[in-house]
Amino acid sequence: MHRTKIRVAEDALDANETIARANREDFDRHGVAVLNLMSAPGAGKTTLLERTAERLEGVRLGVLEGDVQGSMDADRLAAKHVPVTQLNTENGFGGECHLDANMVRSAIPALALDEVDLLVIENVGNLVCPAEFRVGEDARAMVTSVTEGEDKPLKYPLMFRACEMVVINKLDLLPHLELDVDRLLANIDTVNPDAKHLLVSARTGEGIDEWVEWLASVPARAALASA
Amino acid sequence: MHELSISQAIVDTAVRHAGGRKVSRVDVRLGALRQVVPDSLRFYFEIVGRDTVCDGSDLELELIDALLRCDCGREWDPAPVATLDGPLIPSFRCPDCGAGGAETLAGDELRVESIEVEETAASHA
Repeated sequence: MHRTKIRVAEDALDANETIARANREDFDRHGVAVLNLMSAPGAGKTTLLERTAERLEGVRLGVLEGDVQGSMDADRLAAKHVPVTQLNTENGFGGECHLDANMVRSAIPALALDEVDLLVIENVGNLVCPAEFRVGEDARAMVTSVTEGEDKPLKYPLMFRACEMVVINKLDLLPHLELDVDRLLANIDTVNPDAKHLLVSARTGEGIDEWVEWLASVPARAALASA
Repeated sequence: MHELSISQAIVDTAVRHAGGRKVSRVDVRLGALRQVVPDSLRFYFEIVGRDTVCDGSDLELELIDALLRCDCGREWDPAPVATLDGPLIPSFRCPDCGAGGAETLAGDELRVESIEVEETAASHA
């Protein structure tokens, strides 16, 4: 027996990237722009989408809801008459802590792509793993809530660097916290100088119009990028 | 915690290239910007590799420092540096001109460079 060295020279996530591209082609074919929305658990992604559904006009919104288990978030959005598809990672995906391109691919047949202009993929709540896996999206945004503290961009730069938009949520709780908003903004800036940010309260509606305006611009920018 | 997913991706890549032969070593280039903890990656790699041709193989990691380049020409490593008031602050903004949008020259590698497989008499037949 002897040993042979085989050159591989391949990104370990190439397989995921290939499937992500196939997803993207399917979405493009149906004229659907896709936003990958990520955050830590409990940052307020679903509440933000509830407010979004109430105010977004002229763009037909759909949601692919990723969770380890349960359909609580999907039920909340269905109550707002948003076409929503639940994707649970415990069903054949080992209870993964993030969505990957293959999981999203498995859900595509269930998505009513012809009835949607903008699909938001609400990723599994997790500030680390989802940042590694593209799923076929046009844009990536994250929610960070003021209760998480100002140091999160420094602890989880991979996520903050992966997103072009950082939504800072739960602004209504600021009076109860010692959070230094300027410090949080400076920390976001140092890890991702190119990120946009918005200060919102999904609970009171503060800043939601600006978020909806940004979200509504995703399809046009996606069309421009793929043209 | 993403080390589990990443180790799975490394094992899958190695298995795909091994052609059924037993893998004795996997060489991976790992960039600092991937925020992967090497010991954690090795731990999961050993577990994920069980019941595959990678069972018992060595994971050799070549750690790559990050290097960014600004349009103004400045190149720098954004590795966190200690500040007077404590926290470690990395800087992705150009230290010279203050611009964002730096190009990543190195540090985002997560690349399986090569594998070493065991050739038995049977695999030559």
